[in-house]
Amino acid sequence: MAAGGLKKQQRKYIFLLLTPALLAILTFTTIPALTTLSYAFFHWQGFQRLDFAGFENFQRLMEYPFKDQLLNSLRHNVLVFVGIYILQTGLGILIAYALFTLTRGQRFFRTVTFLPVIFSLVVVGYMWQVLLDPYYGPINKILNDNGLENLAMPWLGSTTTALPTLVFINLWRWVGFPAIIFLSGLNAINTEYIEAARLDGASEGQIFRKVMFPLLAPSMTIITILTFIGAFEWFDLPFVLGGSNGNPAGATDTLALMFYRLSFGTVDSGANNVGVGSALGVMIFAIVGLGAYFGSNIMRKREVEQ
Amino acid sequence: MIAALSSKLFFRAVLVFNAMMVLAPVFFLFNSSLRDDNSFASNPFMLAKDPQWENFKDVWSDGAFALYLKNSLVVTGGALILTVVLALGAGFVLGRYSFKGNGVIYGFVLTGMLVPAKLAILPLFIQLKWMHLLDSHLGLILVYTSGALPAAIFIMSGFFKALPSDLDNAARIDGATEFQLLRIVLTPLVRPGLAIVAIYSAIPIWNDFFLPLVFLQSPENKTIMQGLTVFFGQYASQWGVLFAGLTMAALPLIVLYLALSEQFIKGLTAGAVKG
Repeated sequence: MAAGGLKKQQRKYIFLLLTPALLAILTFTTIPALTTLSYAFFHWQGFQRLDFAGFENFQRLMEYPFKDQLLNSLRHNVLVFVGIYILQTGLGILIAYALFTLTRGQRFFRTVTFLPVIFSLVVVGYMWQVLLDPYYGPINKILNDNGLENLAMPWLGSTTTALPTLVFINLWRWVGFPAIIFLSGLNAINTEYIEAARLDGASEGQIFRKVMFPLLAPSMTIITILTFIGAFEWFDLPFVLGGSNGNPAGATDTLALMFYRLSFGTVDSGANNVGVGSALGVMIFAIVGLGAYFGSNIMRKREVEQ
Repeated sequence: MIAALSSKLFFRAVLVFNAMMVLAPVFFLFNSSLRDDNSFASNPFMLAKDPQWENFKDVWSDGAFALYLKNSLVVTGGALILTVVLALGAGFVLGRYSFKGNGVIYGFVLTGMLVPAKLAILPLFIQLKWMHLLDSHLGLILVYTSGALPAAIFIMSGFFKALPSDLDNAARIDGATEFQLLRIVLTPLVRPGLAIVAIYSAIPIWNDFFLPLVFLQSPENKTIMQGLTVFFGQYASQWGVLFAGLTMAALPLIVLYLALSEQFIKGLTAGAVKG
């Protein structure tokens, strides 16, 4: 075939094969994302757009009654990020290193470690709700049967324990993910470095701290950014277990739940506020975007070339 | 020597403890789904010696549950097929053709990976309403497809780029059209990529709860994860049926995962690992 004919045929395929995919992304991702920004600058009645509002929606977010909810949710998101980050990264590295040292049976333990990641948060949430049920739940039963009655409590029903309990359930479901990412990070380390350190008489602990841990930096960057994004968009688990109001008494409220309530109303009041909701959406997007951007820049500097 | 042995023991213990933490609740879920309500209420721990398969029959004959499952199959299946087909085509063009605008289009696709779908939900809601795609499976399929496509195209074009270019020229000299080149020569070679894309896209869609919550209103349209919330309100304290429902919602993925765990792990971590 002549080169000109090939070019012509290729042009046809470029058009034919790219158009549907690009159109789908443009229509259902790009355009809605860009319009969210504009929504925040208008007055709304239900889903009807009214006149231009300037920064009024952002201002209202900082006033009664939204201000208290906003600060309460934001505080929870920060706490959840810190809690999840420390627990999931720490345990993730521990499990990854334990898997790394295995010579036999690694496949079995890896499969088990990752298993909860494929579970839906709805299934995970309800499963733990029953496990932690104050009357019928097996967890409190174990505690009561072993003389630990003081520790048996309504885990999800008390304002002091509800949020930490959700963090624990999140940990159960997700720790396999960082563990597997860190394991692939460990596997990517050139074994010559480890051999050299061993020949120099370094202990296994020293090898991990001085050689392997610094070389895990790229995995650490990924996990940090993903945890940050996940924590500030935290929605499914608190919604399944605490409803859209973040029960009990707002103890599990998050920015994403507040955004949902403002956008679509609540069970007790169908009234929504699209303008203020969009302003909050823009704010969450700014937190997540800026955090991920600066976070990855700072973290990348720590990464060393192998 | 003793230190090395005890550290080895410590890490084994970590893995065994972790495996128990993962498996105990899952086993509890399966076991309880086969017990009758009264025996569960008096002691949540006993083994289901006399398995009550009726629990599963009750879930199934409720009718709504079977419908939720079917809806989830339609939505997940539809989005999956669309995503795989479109990503295969787009990945082929972007990965193997050099043309003006390739870089720009590739960059545009990548920006799609940065947008959190949750925060674009309001305009999406109004847009779908306007397109008469609200409360419809087709609307949901299109939104899921567009959300899955950027990562899917990114993965597929990587696989296409990795193949030697001699393949194309050899096929063309043998008289293959571009379509035959894609379908007969290259597609079989990028099959591992297609498996990753399929898993990467299908699992979050099957498990998703947020978009159906917002977009679907009619009870007969609900998907399984959204339906579970209805189910839980309806059968409160009928423990056996509740656990059977949870088991049925979780089991399809667990079985697939156990059969294809390597592909699952690769697929679900694909977005996190730099190509």
